[in-house]
Amino acid sequence: MSSIHADDPFRGGHIVDNTAEVPGTRAPLVLNMERFGEVTEQVSRVSEAPRAPLAWYVAFAGSLGLLSLLGFCVLYLIFTGVGVWGLNTPVAWAYDITNFVFWVGIGHAGTLISAVLFLFRQRWRTSVNRSAEAMTLFAVMCAGIFPLIHMGRPWLAYWMAPYPNSRGSLWVNFKSPLLWDVFAISTYLLISAVFWYIGLLPDLATVRDRSQPGLRRRACSFLSLGWNGSARTWHRYETVYMLLAGLATPLVFSVHTIVSMDFATAVIPGWHTTIFPPYFVAGAIFSGLAMVLTLMIIARKVMQLENYVTLQHIDKMCKLMLAMGCVVGLAYGTEFFMAAYSGNAYEQFVFKNRALGPMKWAYWTMVSCNVIIPQLLWFPAVRRTIPAVFVLAIVVNIGMWFERFVIIVTSLHRDFLPSSWAHYSPTTIEIATFVGSFGLFFTCFLIFCRFVPMIAIAEVKGVLEPRQPKSNGEAHHEEAT
Amino acid sequence: MTDRTLLATFDDESDLLAATRAVRKQGYSIVDIYTPCAVHGLDEAMGLKPSRLPWVCFVCGIIGAVGMLWFEHWTAAVNWPIDVGGKPWNALPSDIPVAFEFMVLLAGFGSVFALLGVCRLYPGKRAQVPSLQVTDDRFVMVIDQADAAFDLSTVEQLLEEFNVVEIAERVTSSSTSDEEPNARRLADMTSGGQS
Repeated sequence: MSSIHADDPFRGGHIVDNTAEVPGTRAPLVLNMERFGEVTEQVSRVSEAPRAPLAWYVAFAGSLGLLSLLGFCVLYLIFTGVGVWGLNTPVAWAYDITNFVFWVGIGHAGTLISAVLFLFRQRWRTSVNRSAEAMTLFAVMCAGIFPLIHMGRPWLAYWMAPYPNSRGSLWVNFKSPLLWDVFAISTYLLISAVFWYIGLLPDLATVRDRSQPGLRRRACSFLSLGWNGSARTWHRYETVYMLLAGLATPLVFSVHTIVSMDFATAVIPGWHTTIFPPYFVAGAIFSGLAMVLTLMIIARKVMQLENYVTLQHIDKMCKLMLAMGCVVGLAYGTEFFMAAYSGNAYEQFVFKNRALGPMKWAYWTMVSCNVIIPQLLWFPAVRRTIPAVFVLAIVVNIGMWFERFVIIVTSLHRDFLPSSWAHYSPTTIEIATFVGSFGLFFTCFLIFCRFVPMIAIAEVKGVLEPRQPKSNGEAHHEEAT
Repeated sequence: MTDRTLLATFDDESDLLAATRAVRKQGYSIVDIYTPCAVHGLDEAMGLKPSRLPWVCFVCGIIGAVGMLWFEHWTAAVNWPIDVGGKPWNALPSDIPVAFEFMVLLAGFGSVFALLGVCRLYPGKRAQVPSLQVTDDRFVMVIDQADAAFDLSTVEQLLEEFNVVEIAERVTSSSTSDEEPNARRLADMTSGGQS
């Protein structure tokens, strides 16, 4: 693998353990860094290098391949019809909606890191928020594809917008959770994009001011909107950043709440339950953290950003993931308890069928991946062993996909009337569409890694350890006041 | 008409903060300060008033929520009432999710566009930076020299106490031709920065 930082004296090839919390002191959030200039230099060099590392090219080629697969599957579906999927009468939703909920959920960790942790003053978020937010955008894009192609006539998707039309005007049905979803997902995408872009402004200006005349400088100059680092601008910027974080926090909870209502407002046993909103939100953040960990563990290595995304960041994300995994585990237990306690025969049957029926393999995959295996994260040694965390994150990703599959398919395939029961198995096209959606996700993410500062430069400068006390400024301040 | 400003460059934010307080205490006026990152406490040190942008956010949010609730009611109960599953036409609880989303959307976009408007940031704008390093690792304070009380040597002495890295004088005028190349840009910047 060719190195983009071949002569970088600061690159951290070795693993430094900065996870210990000694009362009264704080472990450094960024390693081997003292001056602002070093941060600018190291982060910008990734996008300024004439060539990306070889691993990037390999990954990009693979992602483009998967993206073409997605393109093929979508076109085949549209030209042939929804019959190419394995849907049947009781199971009218299966793979597509599973993938939709899976991708939307992944997006949630980005907003958690960028907005919720900002409000909680978790300063370690600065190293991961830029890429986590980018991940949110790309995941929501992937999610949006599935309901769109399930429509059968996706070119009429604009009918979901409430606009005056020649059909009456026949308005959209605002009482339908599916329409709430349209508004929730599009708001989420737009607000996340704005939040990400606003956060990017100072860094685009940094790249602009260190670039030679040319395309990069012109592009950064255009996109940085004339940012000049004025304290007055910073002052207002900080206010708006806080406002956006305050808006994005309830937004992220509302989005998955509304996604869960797609199911919870139906009368299907296994769906019609009030636990769904918190259960879905916890699951979303759980799966999102797993995806952030998966991506960051690779990206910090390939892009040589180990000084920024340190063991401490991984450790903290693991702790969050463990907490969310336990909430999800509690929700699984609660569902069973409520089914037993309800005295409702249909509800009880659905849960027995989930755990012991023909799709029990999916159920037990879900429980093992989401509840049992993540318990390993209680051990500090596991959280600080990067390959182990990587494997665990993948396991959680798989588990969370199965969670949605179990909720959707096992509740539908055996409903009230045994005469209408059916089995569902995905077709090759469905599987290929799902695999292809990873192509879209990774293509976007790799382009982001290559051309955009992956670390929030200006924000990381704010969390650098206080530099050497060469200053007598504070002493003067004491005199002055 | 000429504008005389003094550019004091620092490489440490604690020096900058202390110097800001001291310079203002001595009665000099600071045109603006340029920093590579948000400096905690600088707004207070410069005496900047809290931004009124939260009000923009609040008003936009209210407009979004109330406007969407009205629209949902009008479409579902007035313009073309449709019976959906026997629910009342004006079912308020089912109107809330969309109204909430629209509130967030309008409040978010409203605050961001207000920020860009107030700070005069727009695509393709030429950045007016006092030095290319202010977006990297330097902090530059621009002090107005037009003040009658301004005495260069006293100010220099004061700034020296705070480890100033570099002091430069910028004289900008529309008629003089011997100005420094980016002095003109600075003139634009200072007049823009005060608004």
